[in-house]
Amino acid sequence: MKTIEELNAIREKAKATMTVREDNVDVIRVVVGMATCGIAAGARPVLNGFMEEVARRKLGNIVVSQTGCIGMCQYEPIVEVIEKDKEKVTYVRMTADRVARVVSDHLVNNNVVTEFTVGAIAK
Amino acid sequence: MRELSLNILDIAQNSIAANASLIRIEVAEDTEKGEMRIVIGDNGQGMTPEQTQRVTDPFYTTRTTRKVGMGTSLFKMAAEMTGGTFNIRSQANEGTKVTAVFKTRSVDFTPLGDMNSTISLLIAMNLHIDFIYRHSVDGKAFTLQTTELKQILGDVPLSEPDVVEWIKSYVGEQTQIIHGGVLHENNRRTQRYQRKSKSNHDR
Ligand SMILES: Nc1ncnc2c1ncn2[C@@H]1O[C@H](COP(=O)(O)OP(=O)(O)OP(=O)(O)O)[C@@H](O)[C@H]1O
Ligand SMILES: [Mg+2]
Repeated sequence: MKTIEELNAIREKAKATMTVREDNVDVIRVVVGMATCGIAAGARPVLNGFMEEVARRKLGNIVVSQTGCIGMCQYEPIVEVIEKDKEKVTYVRMTADRVARVVSDHLVNNNVVTEFTVGAIAK
Repeated sequence: MRELSLNILDIAQNSIAANASLIRIEVAEDTEKGEMRIVIGDNGQGMTPEQTQRVTDPFYTTRTTRKVGMGTSLFKMAAEMTGGTFNIRSQANEGTKVTAVFKTRSVDFTPLGDMNSTISLLIAMNLHIDFIYRHSVDGKAFTLQTTELKQILGDVPLSEPDVVEWIKSYVGEQTQIIHGGVLHENNRRTQRYQRKSKSNHDR
């Protein structure tokens, strides 16, 4: 059974690994839209999926966060990938199943998954 | 919405948008009465009496990205459909409290669902906000309070993967315990709901 005391061990372990992490190396931001339309369309498992995949692969340069309405409700769940000096990439109608692919192709190997982007759907 | 835990996640977004620094989420089940009471309270910017009156009108929103605001209306509808009640109280510069009571025996009752995800995500995504989550079943309760966790974790953020996992498991286990160790009643509801949702749509 989980106890609050276990957090002591988690803290010590996290402290040890945190110092290894380089500071501010080209952070990639993954932003998931969490307004009503997004949540109703399935944004929670998508956000969960990104957090889990990024943690599992120990990708220290990726920050997963949430935002309100991105303004294209019919395309929710929407995920934006924001990188310095690069054009923002907008993934639409995301699902938890698509997360691993976006993480590995785009976030790790720098190949945008064009077929999931708003450009591919809206044309 | 498929689960009430999604409505809770959504209503909490309003508190976040209102710049709350403390959000309190309470789920209280009374199995004898067949009631589930859900309260989401915040200390955010609140609303004037006029705004509070209009909040469940879908055509009222202060958002700028689209003309309708649905979150609160949907939650109200979900409660009233079961024969339950809905109430929102707010005071400008003080905060807001949303209370919804659900009749759990109604065929229109949607299950609470995955609170582990709702709570862990709210906490991990909003490190500057303190959360208090309390769930009770017939008086048997547990409480998760982020200030307590922060005290132990020190500099380690609540978004640290191991911490997020811990929160999920903790909430999951404690929920089972207050249900008497068996999730019998809950499972039955979920099954009934799944049968129903085959012919139903998302919301
Ligand atoms: N906790 C709160 N504190 C302050 N204002 C609130 C709160 N909850 C709701 N409001 C006000 O009521 C409006 C309507 O809320 P509602 O959740 O129905 O829609 P929304 O948040 O604007 O859009 P949506 O929920 O569809 O994403 C909000 O825009 C906000 O101005
Ligand atoms: Mg809302």
